[in-house]
Amino acid sequence: MSTLKNSLYHLRLLDDLGKHNSFIHKVHPLIKLITTVFYLAVVISFERYDVSGLLPLIFYPMFIFLLGELPITPILKRLLIVAPLIIGIGIMNPLFDNSKVLIGNIYISRGWITFLSILIKCGLTVTASILLVATTGINRIAEALRMLKVPKIFVLQLLLTYRYFSVLIEEVSIMIRAYSLRAPGQKGIHRSVWGSFTGILIIRTFDRAQRVYQSMNLRGFRGEYINGYNSKITFKDFLYLMMWCFFFTIVRIYNIPLIIDRIFTGVIN
Amino acid sequence: MGNNKLIIKKLHFTYPGEHIAIKDISFVISEGESVGIIGANGAGKSTLLMLIMGILFPNTGEVLVDNRSINKKNLSKIRQQLGMVFQNPDDQLFMTSVYEDVAFGPRNYGLDEVEVENRVEKALAMVGISHLKDRSPFKLSGGEKRSAAIASVLSMEPEVLIMDEPTSALDPKSRRKLIQLLNRFKHTKIITSHDLDMVLDTCKRTIVIKGGRIVADGNTKEILTNDELLDNCGLEVPLSLQNCPVCGTKKEI
Repeated sequence: MSTLKNSLYHLRLLDDLGKHNSFIHKVHPLIKLITTVFYLAVVISFERYDVSGLLPLIFYPMFIFLLGELPITPILKRLLIVAPLIIGIGIMNPLFDNSKVLIGNIYISRGWITFLSILIKCGLTVTASILLVATTGINRIAEALRMLKVPKIFVLQLLLTYRYFSVLIEEVSIMIRAYSLRAPGQKGIHRSVWGSFTGILIIRTFDRAQRVYQSMNLRGFRGEYINGYNSKITFKDFLYLMMWCFFFTIVRIYNIPLIIDRIFTGVIN
Repeated sequence: MGNNKLIIKKLHFTYPGEHIAIKDISFVISEGESVGIIGANGAGKSTLLMLIMGILFPNTGEVLVDNRSINKKNLSKIRQQLGMVFQNPDDQLFMTSVYEDVAFGPRNYGLDEVEVENRVEKALAMVGISHLKDRSPFKLSGGEKRSAAIASVLSMEPEVLIMDEPTSALDPKSRRKLIQLLNRFKHTKIITSHDLDMVLDTCKRTIVIKGGRIVADGNTKEILTNDELLDNCGLEVPLSLQNCPVCGTKKEI
Protein backbone atom coordinates (compact mmCIF):
# COMPACT_ATOMS: atom_id res chain seq x y z
CA MET A 1 0.00 0.00 0.00
CA SER A 2 2.87 2.34 0.83
CA THR A 3 4.13 1.67 -2.70
CA LEU A 4 0.81 2.88 -4.05
CA LYS A 5 0.91 6.01 -1.92
CA ASN A 6 4.48 6.53 -3.07
CA SER A 7 3.50 6.28 -6.71
CA LEU A 8 0.79 8.85 -6.09
CA TYR A 9 3.37 11.11 -4.51
CA HIS A 10 5.74 10.55 -7.44
CA LEU A 11 2.98 11.18 -9.95
CA ARG A 12 2.40 14.53 -8.34
CA LEU A 13 6.13 15.19 -8.10
CA LEU A 14 6.16 15.73 -11.86
CA ASP A 15 3.39 18.32 -11.46
CA ASP A 16 5.44 20.06 -8.77
CA LEU A 17 8.61 20.03 -10.90
CA GLY A 18 6.61 21.54 -13.75
CA LYS A 19 5.99 24.63 -11.63
CA HIS A 20 9.67 25.58 -11.24
CA ASN A 21 10.93 28.71 -12.87
CA SER A 22 14.20 27.76 -14.52
CA PHE A 23 15.50 28.73 -17.97
CA ILE A 24 14.06 25.56 -19.49
CA HIS A 25 10.70 26.00 -17.74
CA LYS A 26 10.40 29.45 -19.28
CA VAL A 27 10.77 28.17 -22.84
CA HIS A 28 7.41 28.17 -24.63
CA PRO A 29 5.62 24.79 -24.26
CA LEU A 30 5.04 24.48 -27.99
CA ILE A 31 8.77 24.89 -28.67
CA LYS A 32 9.61 22.27 -26.05
CA LEU A 33 7.05 19.91 -27.50
CA ILE A 34 8.37 20.28 -31.06
CA THR A 35 11.98 19.95 -29.86
CA THR A 36 11.11 16.76 -27.98
CA VAL A 37 9.19 15.25 -30.92
CA PHE A 38 12.09 16.09 -33.25
CA TYR A 39 14.53 14.55 -30.78
CA LEU A 40 12.45 11.37 -30.52
CA ALA A 41 12.26 11.11 -34.32
CA VAL A 42 16.05 11.50 -34.64
CA VAL A 43 16.75 8.92 -31.91
CA ILE A 44 14.39 6.39 -33.45
CA SER A 45 15.71 6.96 -36.98
CA PHE A 46 19.19 5.57 -36.20
CA GLU A 47 20.00 2.23 -37.71
CA ARG A 48 19.91 -0.68 -35.25
CA TYR A 49 23.66 -1.38 -35.41
CA ASP A 50 24.58 2.29 -35.07
CA VAL A 51 25.33 2.68 -31.37
CA SER A 52 28.17 5.18 -31.52
CA GLY A 53 26.14 7.68 -33.58
CA LEU A 54 23.50 7.79 -30.84
CA LEU A 55 25.92 8.76 -28.08
CA PRO A 56 26.07 12.56 -28.67
CA LEU A 57 22.28 12.68 -28.25
CA ILE A 58 22.76 12.11 -24.54
CA PHE A 59 23.75 15.80 -24.34
CA TYR A 60 20.12 16.85 -24.75
CA PRO A 61 18.75 15.25 -21.54
CA MET A 62 21.94 16.29 -19.71
CA PHE A 63 21.40 19.88 -20.78
CA ILE A 64 17.75 19.81 -19.66
CA PHE A 65 18.69 18.25 -16.32
CA LEU A 66 21.28 20.93 -15.67
CA LEU A 67 19.45 24.03 -16.84
CA GLY A 68 16.05 22.80 -15.70
CA GLU A 69 17.46 22.33 -12.17
CA LEU A 70 15.81 18.93 -11.96
CA PRO A 71 16.60 16.19 -9.45
CA ILE A 72 18.25 13.31 -11.32
CA THR A 73 17.41 10.34 -9.07
CA PRO A 74 13.57 10.52 -9.06
CA ILE A 75 13.48 10.98 -12.83
CA LEU A 76 15.89 8.13 -13.51
CA LYS A 77 13.84 5.96 -11.15
CA ARG A 78 10.90 6.47 -13.47
CA LEU A 79 13.09 5.20 -16.25
CA LEU A 80 13.60 2.00 -14.24
CA ILE A 81 9.84 1.44 -14.26
CA VAL A 82 9.93 0.88 -18.01
CA ALA A 83 13.26 -1.02 -17.88
CA PRO A 84 11.66 -4.50 -17.75
CA LEU A 85 9.64 -3.65 -20.85
CA ILE A 86 12.72 -2.44 -22.71
CA ILE A 87 14.70 -5.53 -21.70
CA GLY A 88 11.74 -7.71 -22.68
CA ILE A 89 11.74 -6.22 -26.16
CA GLY A 90 15.48 -6.48 -26.72
CA ILE A 91 16.55 -9.61 -24.88
CA MET A 92 15.70 -11.98 -27.74
CA ASN A 93 18.00 -10.16 -30.18
CA PRO A 94 21.28 -11.80 -29.02
CA LEU A 95 19.60 -15.19 -29.51
CA PHE A 96 18.33 -14.59 -33.03
CA ASP A 97 21.10 -12.42 -34.49
CA ASN A 98 24.25 -14.52 -34.06
CA SER A 99 26.47 -12.99 -36.73
CA LYS A 100 29.71 -11.65 -35.26
CA VAL A 101 31.35 -8.31 -35.72
CA LEU A 102 34.86 -7.26 -34.77
CA ILE A 103 35.13 -4.30 -32.44
CA GLY A 104 38.72 -3.49 -31.52
CA ASN A 105 40.17 -6.93 -30.92
CA ILE A 106 36.97 -8.55 -29.70
CA TYR A 107 34.28 -10.37 -31.66
CA ILE A 108 30.81 -9.39 -30.48
CA SER A 109 27.47 -10.82 -31.59
CA ARG A 110 25.43 -8.31 -33.60
CA GLY A 111 22.46 -9.27 -31.44
CA TRP A 112 24.13 -7.71 -28.40
CA ILE A 113 24.78 -4.54 -30.36
CA THR A 114 21.11 -4.23 -31.37
CA PHE A 115 20.13 -4.96 -27.77
CA LEU A 116 22.39 -2.15 -26.59
CA SER A 117 21.00 0.12 -29.28
CA ILE A 118 17.41 -0.62 -28.13
CA LEU A 119 18.43 0.08 -24.51
CA ILE A 120 19.99 3.43 -25.41
CA LYS A 121 17.14 4.45 -27.70
CA CYS A 122 14.45 3.59 -25.16
CA GLY A 123 16.42 5.23 -22.35
CA LEU A 124 16.84 8.46 -24.32
CA THR A 125 13.25 8.65 -25.60
CA VAL A 126 11.62 7.86 -22.25
CA THR A 127 13.91 10.32 -20.43
CA ALA A 128 13.18 13.05 -22.97
CA SER A 129 9.42 12.50 -22.58
CA ILE A 130 9.63 12.57 -18.77
CA LEU A 131 11.75 15.72 -18.95
CA LEU A 132 9.15 17.37 -21.17
CA VAL A 133 6.43 16.77 -18.56
CA ALA A 134 8.76 17.74 -15.69
CA THR A 135 9.74 21.05 -17.27
CA THR A 136 6.38 21.97 -18.78
CA GLY A 137 3.55 20.43 -16.74
CA ILE A 138 0.71 18.51 -18.31
CA ASN A 139 -1.58 21.56 -18.57
CA ARG A 140 0.90 23.50 -20.67
CA ILE A 141 1.60 20.49 -22.87
CA ALA A 142 -2.16 20.41 -23.47
CA GLU A 143 -2.00 24.11 -24.35
CA ALA A 144 0.75 23.35 -26.87
CA LEU A 145 -1.29 20.52 -28.39
CA ARG A 146 -4.27 22.85 -28.79
CA MET A 147 -1.97 25.36 -30.53
CA LEU A 148 -1.07 22.56 -32.93
CA LYS A 149 -4.82 22.23 -33.59
CA VAL A 150 -5.06 18.80 -32.00
CA PRO A 151 -8.85 18.30 -31.48
CA LYS A 152 -10.18 19.45 -28.12
CA ILE A 153 -11.62 16.02 -27.35
CA PHE A 154 -8.21 14.28 -27.59
CA VAL A 155 -6.46 16.87 -25.46
CA LEU A 156 -9.19 16.65 -22.85
CA GLN A 157 -8.95 12.88 -22.92
CA LEU A 158 -5.22 13.13 -22.21
CA LEU A 159 -5.70 15.58 -19.34
CA LEU A 160 -8.53 13.70 -17.70
CA THR A 161 -6.72 10.37 -18.01
CA TYR A 162 -3.71 11.95 -16.33
CA ARG A 163 -5.95 13.25 -13.52
CA TYR A 164 -7.87 9.96 -13.33
CA PHE A 165 -4.71 8.04 -12.46
CA SER A 166 -4.50 9.74 -9.10
CA VAL A 167 -8.21 9.16 -8.39
CA LEU A 168 -7.74 5.48 -9.22
CA ILE A 169 -4.62 5.11 -7.08
CA GLU A 170 -6.29 6.88 -4.13
CA GLU A 171 -9.31 4.59 -4.29
CA VAL A 172 -7.13 1.47 -4.62
CA SER A 173 -5.02 2.46 -1.63
CA ILE A 174 -8.15 3.06 0.50
CA MET A 175 -9.59 -0.32 -0.48
CA ILE A 176 -6.33 -2.18 0.10
CA ARG A 177 -5.99 -0.56 3.52
CA ALA A 178 -9.53 -1.63 4.46
CA TYR A 179 -8.83 -5.16 3.17
CA SER A 180 -5.47 -5.63 4.85
CA LEU A 181 -6.83 -4.48 8.22
CA ARG A 182 -9.37 -7.28 8.13
CA ALA A 183 -7.09 -9.88 6.55
CA PRO A 184 -4.04 -10.02 8.81
CA GLY A 185 -1.08 -12.09 7.68
CA GLN A 186 -2.17 -12.16 4.04
CA LYS A 187 0.17 -11.03 1.34
CA GLY A 188 -1.71 -9.04 -1.28
CA ILE A 189 -5.32 -9.73 -2.03
CA HIS A 190 -6.61 -13.28 -2.18
CA ARG A 191 -7.70 -14.33 -5.66
CA SER A 192 -11.18 -15.26 -4.41
CA VAL A 193 -11.99 -11.57 -4.00
CA TRP A 194 -10.27 -10.27 -7.15
CA GLY A 195 -13.56 -10.12 -9.03
CA SER A 196 -15.55 -8.21 -6.43
CA PHE A 197 -12.53 -6.02 -5.60
CA THR A 198 -12.14 -4.89 -9.20
CA GLY A 199 -15.89 -4.43 -9.63
CA ILE A 200 -16.21 -2.28 -6.51
CA LEU A 201 -13.09 -0.35 -7.48
CA ILE A 202 -14.59 0.53 -10.87
CA ILE A 203 -17.87 1.63 -9.31
CA ARG A 204 -16.07 3.69 -6.65
CA THR A 205 -13.80 5.43 -9.14
CA PHE A 206 -16.73 6.10 -11.48
CA ASP A 207 -18.62 7.63 -8.57
CA ARG A 208 -15.64 9.72 -7.55
CA ALA A 209 -14.93 10.79 -11.13
CA GLN A 210 -18.60 11.71 -11.47
CA ARG A 211 -18.41 13.97 -8.41
CA VAL A 212 -15.22 15.63 -9.65
CA TYR A 213 -16.88 16.16 -13.04
CA GLN A 214 -19.96 17.65 -11.37
CA SER A 215 -17.82 20.06 -9.42
CA MET A 216 -16.08 21.06 -12.67
CA ASN A 217 -19.43 21.61 -14.36
CA LEU A 218 -20.68 23.72 -11.48
CA ARG A 219 -17.72 26.00 -12.03
CA GLY A 220 -18.54 26.61 -15.66
CA PHE A 221 -16.51 23.82 -17.31
CA ARG A 222 -17.63 23.43 -20.91
CA GLY A 223 -15.22 20.86 -22.25
CA GLU A 224 -12.05 22.94 -22.47
CA TYR A 225 -9.34 23.44 -19.91
CA ILE A 226 -8.52 27.13 -19.82
CA ASN A 227 -5.20 27.47 -18.05
CA GLY A 228 -4.77 31.19 -18.36
CA TYR A 229 -1.35 31.05 -20.02
CA ASN A 230 -1.20 33.22 -23.03
CA SER A 231 2.49 33.42 -23.67
CA LYS A 232 3.76 34.32 -27.12
CA ILE A 233 6.63 32.55 -28.83
CA THR A 234 9.61 34.87 -28.60
CA PHE A 235 12.80 35.06 -30.67
CA LYS A 236 14.66 33.35 -27.81
CA ASP A 237 12.25 30.38 -27.99
CA PHE A 238 12.71 30.21 -31.74
CA LEU A 239 16.47 30.29 -31.34
CA TYR A 240 16.27 27.48 -28.77
CA LEU A 241 14.35 25.34 -31.26
CA MET A 242 16.69 26.15 -34.15
CA MET A 243 19.83 25.34 -32.16
CA TRP A 244 18.54 21.97 -31.06
CA CYS A 245 17.23 21.10 -34.53
CA PHE A 246 20.64 22.02 -35.95
CA PHE A 247 22.42 19.91 -33.34
CA PHE A 248 20.13 16.90 -33.86
CA THR A 249 20.49 17.13 -37.65
CA ILE A 250 24.29 17.29 -37.46
CA VAL A 251 24.34 14.31 -35.09
CA ARG A 252 22.06 12.43 -37.46
CA ILE A 253 24.12 13.13 -40.58
CA TYR A 254 27.63 12.80 -39.16
CA ASN A 255 28.80 10.13 -36.76
CA ILE A 256 30.55 12.54 -34.38
CA PRO A 257 32.25 9.96 -32.09
CA LEU A 258 33.69 8.26 -35.19
CA ILE A 259 34.97 11.58 -36.56
CA ILE A 260 36.58 12.44 -33.21
CA ASP A 261 38.10 8.98 -33.11
CA ARG A 262 39.53 9.41 -36.63
CA ILE A 263 40.95 12.82 -35.79
CA PHE A 264 42.65 11.50 -32.67
CA THR A 265 43.94 8.28 -34.19
CA GLY A 266 45.04 10.31 -37.25
CA VAL A 267 46.95 12.69 -35.00
CA ILE A 268 48.54 9.79 -33.10
CA ASN A 269 49.47 7.92 -36.29
CA MET B 1 -35.64 40.78 4.25
CA GLY B 2 -34.89 41.48 0.59
CA ASN B 3 -36.24 39.99 -2.62
CA ASN B 4 -37.02 36.36 -3.15
CA LYS B 5 -33.72 34.92 -4.32
CA LEU B 6 -34.63 31.29 -4.59
CA ILE B 7 -38.08 29.79 -5.03
CA ILE B 8 -38.54 26.04 -4.78
CA LYS B 9 -41.92 25.03 -6.15
CA LYS B 10 -43.46 21.62 -5.51
CA LEU B 11 -40.31 19.62 -6.23
CA HIS B 12 -40.66 15.91 -6.69
CA PHE B 13 -37.78 13.61 -7.52
CA THR B 14 -37.49 9.85 -7.87
CA TYR B 15 -34.17 8.02 -8.36
CA PRO B 16 -33.99 5.18 -10.87
CA GLY B 17 -35.28 2.12 -9.04
CA GLU B 18 -38.39 3.95 -7.80
CA HIS B 19 -36.77 5.36 -4.68
CA ILE B 20 -38.67 8.59 -4.02
CA ALA B 21 -36.12 11.03 -2.62
CA ILE B 22 -37.99 14.35 -2.66
CA LYS B 23 -41.75 14.71 -2.24
CA ASP B 24 -43.58 17.93 -2.89
CA ILE B 25 -41.04 20.33 -1.40
CA SER B 26 -41.70 24.07 -1.61
CA PHE B 27 -40.02 27.01 0.09
CA VAL B 28 -38.75 30.50 -0.62
CA ILE B 29 -35.37 31.93 0.37
CA SER B 30 -34.91 35.69 0.45
CA GLU B 31 -31.77 37.58 -0.44
CA GLY B 32 -29.20 37.61 2.37
CA GLU B 33 -30.95 34.88 4.33
CA SER B 34 -28.98 32.02 5.86
CA VAL B 35 -30.89 28.78 5.95
CA GLY B 36 -29.92 25.47 7.51
CA ILE B 37 -31.36 22.29 6.04
CA ILE B 38 -31.27 19.43 8.52
CA GLY B 39 -32.49 15.86 8.62
CA ALA B 40 -31.36 12.31 9.33
CA ASN B 41 -29.22 10.31 6.90
CA GLY B 42 -31.15 9.61 3.71
CA ALA B 43 -33.71 12.36 4.43
CA GLY B 44 -33.02 13.94 1.03
CA LYS B 45 -30.78 16.90 1.91
CA SER B 46 -28.05 16.22 -0.64
CA THR B 47 -30.59 15.37 -3.35
CA LEU B 48 -32.34 18.68 -2.66
CA LEU B 49 -29.04 20.55 -3.07
CA MET B 50 -28.34 18.76 -6.35
CA LEU B 51 -31.81 19.72 -7.60
CA ILE B 52 -31.19 23.35 -6.65
CA MET B 53 -27.84 23.30 -8.47
CA GLY B 54 -29.30 21.69 -11.58
CA ILE B 55 -27.08 18.59 -11.25
CA LEU B 56 -30.35 16.66 -11.11
CA PHE B 57 -33.63 17.75 -12.65
CA PRO B 58 -36.95 17.22 -10.83
CA ASN B 59 -39.69 14.95 -12.15
CA THR B 60 -42.18 17.70 -11.40
CA GLY B 61 -41.90 21.18 -9.92
CA GLU B 62 -39.27 23.83 -10.54
CA VAL B 63 -36.43 25.82 -9.03
CA LEU B 64 -36.42 29.56 -9.67
CA VAL B 65 -33.37 31.76 -9.14
CA ASP B 66 -34.20 35.46 -9.35
CA ASN B 67 -37.56 34.39 -10.78
CA ARG B 68 -35.90 32.47 -13.63
CA SER B 69 -36.68 28.79 -13.79
CA ILE B 70 -33.55 26.59 -14.05
CA ASN B 71 -33.38 24.66 -17.29
CA LYS B 72 -30.59 23.18 -19.39
CA LYS B 73 -30.29 26.33 -21.50
CA ASN B 74 -29.68 28.81 -18.69
CA LEU B 75 -27.82 26.38 -16.44
CA SER B 76 -24.42 27.90 -17.12
CA LYS B 77 -25.61 31.45 -16.27
CA ILE B 78 -27.50 30.34 -13.16
CA ARG B 79 -24.53 28.36 -11.87
CA GLN B 80 -22.55 31.56 -11.89
CA GLN B 81 -24.99 32.86 -9.29
CA LEU B 82 -24.97 29.71 -7.17
CA GLY B 83 -21.73 28.43 -5.68
CA MET B 84 -21.69 24.99 -4.17
CA VAL B 85 -19.09 23.63 -1.78
CA PHE B 86 -19.03 19.84 -1.81
CA GLN B 87 -19.02 17.65 1.26
CA ASN B 88 -15.63 16.19 0.37
CA PRO B 89 -13.15 18.91 -0.66
CA ASP B 90 -11.09 16.27 -2.52
CA ASP B 91 -13.89 16.10 -5.08
CA GLN B 92 -13.58 19.80 -5.67
CA LEU B 93 -9.83 20.26 -5.82
CA PHE B 94 -8.36 18.67 -8.90
CA MET B 95 -5.79 21.11 -10.26
CA THR B 96 -2.08 21.12 -9.56
CA SER B 97 -2.04 24.10 -7.20
CA VAL B 98 -4.49 25.95 -4.97
CA TYR B 99 -4.18 29.01 -7.22
CA GLU B 100 -5.06 27.02 -10.34
CA ASP B 101 -8.02 25.49 -8.58
CA VAL B 102 -9.42 28.80 -7.38
CA ALA B 103 -8.83 30.28 -10.86
CA PHE B 104 -10.62 27.39 -12.60
CA GLY B 105 -14.14 28.87 -12.33
CA PRO B 106 -13.36 32.50 -13.31
CA ARG B 107 -11.30 31.31 -16.31
CA ASN B 108 -14.17 29.15 -17.53
CA TYR B 109 -16.39 32.22 -17.50
CA GLY B 110 -13.98 33.92 -19.86
CA LEU B 111 -12.53 36.55 -17.52
CA ASP B 112 -9.19 38.02 -18.51
CA GLU B 113 -6.11 36.92 -16.58
CA VAL B 114 -5.79 40.20 -14.61
CA GLU B 115 -9.35 39.91 -13.33
CA VAL B 116 -8.82 36.20 -12.63
CA GLU B 117 -5.78 37.04 -10.52
CA ASN B 118 -7.71 39.73 -8.62
CA ARG B 119 -10.52 37.35 -7.89
CA VAL B 120 -8.21 34.55 -6.80
CA GLU B 121 -6.23 36.83 -4.46
CA LYS B 122 -9.45 38.21 -3.00
CA ALA B 123 -11.03 34.78 -2.49
CA LEU B 124 -7.87 33.37 -0.89
CA ALA B 125 -7.60 36.40 1.41
CA MET B 126 -11.25 36.04 2.43
CA VAL B 127 -10.70 32.50 3.67
CA GLY B 128 -7.23 33.36 5.03
CA ILE B 129 -5.09 31.03 2.93
CA SER B 130 -3.21 33.45 0.65
CA HIS B 131 0.05 31.84 1.79
CA LEU B 132 -1.04 28.45 0.41
CA LYS B 133 -1.68 29.56 -3.14
CA ASP B 134 1.27 27.71 -4.70
CA ARG B 135 0.82 24.53 -2.70
CA SER B 136 -0.59 21.34 -4.15
CA PRO B 137 -4.13 20.78 -2.83
CA PHE B 138 -3.37 17.17 -1.91
CA LYS B 139 -0.67 18.28 0.52
CA LEU B 140 -3.04 20.45 2.58
CA SER B 141 -4.66 19.55 5.89
CA GLY B 142 -8.41 18.88 6.08
CA GLY B 143 -9.19 22.42 7.27
CA GLU B 144 -6.98 24.01 4.63
CA LYS B 145 -8.58 21.88 1.92
CA ARG B 146 -12.01 23.00 3.05
CA SER B 147 -10.92 26.65 2.94
CA ALA B 148 -9.45 26.15 -0.54
CA ALA B 149 -12.70 24.53 -1.72
CA ILE B 150 -14.67 27.50 -0.37
CA ALA B 151 -12.24 29.92 -2.06
CA SER B 152 -12.66 28.05 -5.35
CA VAL B 153 -16.36 28.87 -5.18
CA LEU B 154 -16.00 32.41 -3.80
CA SER B 155 -13.75 33.39 -6.72
CA MET B 156 -16.80 33.08 -8.97
CA GLU B 157 -18.48 35.71 -6.77
CA PRO B 158 -21.72 33.79 -6.40
CA GLU B 159 -24.81 35.41 -4.94
CA VAL B 160 -25.87 32.25 -3.13
CA LEU B 161 -23.46 30.00 -1.26
CA ILE B 162 -24.59 26.39 -0.93
CA MET B 163 -22.67 24.07 1.37
CA ASP B 164 -23.05 20.36 1.94
CA GLU B 165 -21.84 19.33 5.40
CA PRO B 166 -19.16 22.04 5.62
CA THR B 167 -17.87 21.05 9.06
CA SER B 168 -17.54 17.31 8.48
CA ALA B 169 -14.04 15.99 9.24
CA LEU B 170 -12.84 19.32 10.64
CA ASP B 171 -10.99 19.63 13.93
CA PRO B 172 -12.64 21.91 16.56
CA LYS B 173 -10.42 24.94 15.83
CA SER B 174 -10.90 24.68 12.05
CA ARG B 175 -14.63 24.24 12.62
CA ARG B 176 -14.77 27.38 14.75
CA LYS B 177 -12.82 29.32 12.13
CA LEU B 178 -15.23 28.15 9.43
CA ILE B 179 -18.24 29.27 11.50
CA GLN B 180 -16.68 32.72 11.95
CA LEU B 181 -15.95 32.83 8.23
CA LEU B 182 -19.51 31.91 7.30
CA ASN B 183 -20.89 34.55 9.65
CA ARG B 184 -18.78 37.20 7.91
CA PHE B 185 -20.24 36.41 4.47
CA LYS B 186 -23.11 38.57 3.37
CA HIS B 187 -24.18 35.99 0.78
CA THR B 188 -27.46 34.16 0.82
CA LYS B 189 -26.49 30.84 2.39
CA ILE B 190 -27.95 27.37 2.33
CA ILE B 191 -26.17 24.90 4.59
CA THR B 192 -27.00 21.24 5.08
CA SER B 193 -25.47 19.64 8.10
CA HIS B 194 -25.71 17.19 10.95
CA ASP B 195 -23.65 19.60 13.02
CA LEU B 196 -26.64 21.30 14.61
CA ASP B 197 -24.48 23.52 16.81
CA MET B 198 -22.95 24.97 13.66
CA VAL B 199 -26.44 25.48 12.18
CA LEU B 200 -27.42 27.25 15.39
CA ASP B 201 -24.41 29.55 15.11
CA THR B 202 -24.72 30.37 11.41
CA CYS B 203 -28.36 30.12 10.29
CA LYS B 204 -31.34 32.16 11.44
CA ARG B 205 -33.79 29.87 9.67
CA THR B 206 -33.90 26.10 9.59
CA ILE B 207 -35.80 23.64 7.43
CA VAL B 208 -36.21 20.09 8.73
CA ILE B 209 -36.60 17.30 6.18
CA LYS B 210 -37.81 13.77 6.84
CA GLY B 211 -38.38 11.13 4.20
CA GLY B 212 -38.08 13.69 1.41
CA ARG B 213 -40.70 16.05 2.87
CA ILE B 214 -40.45 19.27 4.84
CA VAL B 215 -41.69 18.70 8.37
CA ALA B 216 -40.72 22.05 9.86
CA ASP B 217 -39.56 25.43 8.58
CA GLY B 218 -38.92 28.33 10.89
CA ASN B 219 -36.66 30.10 13.36
CA THR B 220 -33.54 28.04 14.09
CA LYS B 221 -33.67 28.50 17.87
CA GLU B 222 -37.30 27.43 18.04
CA ILE B 223 -36.72 24.37 15.89
CA LEU B 224 -33.51 23.28 17.55
CA THR B 225 -35.09 23.44 21.01
CA ASN B 226 -38.10 21.40 19.97
CA ASP B 227 -37.08 18.10 21.48
CA GLU B 228 -40.07 16.16 20.21
CA LEU B 229 -39.74 17.36 16.62
CA LEU B 230 -36.01 16.63 16.49
CA ASP B 231 -36.40 13.23 18.08
CA ASN B 232 -39.14 12.38 15.59
CA CYS B 233 -36.79 13.27 12.71
CA GLY B 234 -33.83 11.23 13.93
CA LEU B 235 -32.04 14.29 15.34
CA GLU B 236 -31.37 15.65 18.79
CA VAL B 237 -31.05 19.01 20.51
CA PRO B 238 -27.60 20.55 19.82
CA LEU B 239 -24.99 19.88 22.49
CA SER B 240 -24.72 23.56 23.33
CA LEU B 241 -28.43 23.59 24.20
CA GLN B 242 -28.47 20.36 26.17
CA ASN B 243 -28.40 20.28 29.95
CA CYS B 244 -25.03 20.41 31.70
CA PRO B 245 -23.54 16.90 31.44
CA VAL B 246 -21.92 17.19 34.91
CA CYS B 247 -24.59 18.72 37.15
CA GLY B 248 -27.66 18.35 34.91
CA THR B 249 -28.51 22.05 35.23
CA LYS B 250 -30.91 23.16 32.54
CA LYS B 251 -29.47 25.51 29.94
CA GLU B 252 -31.05 28.89 29.60
CA ILE B 253 -31.87 29.80 26.02
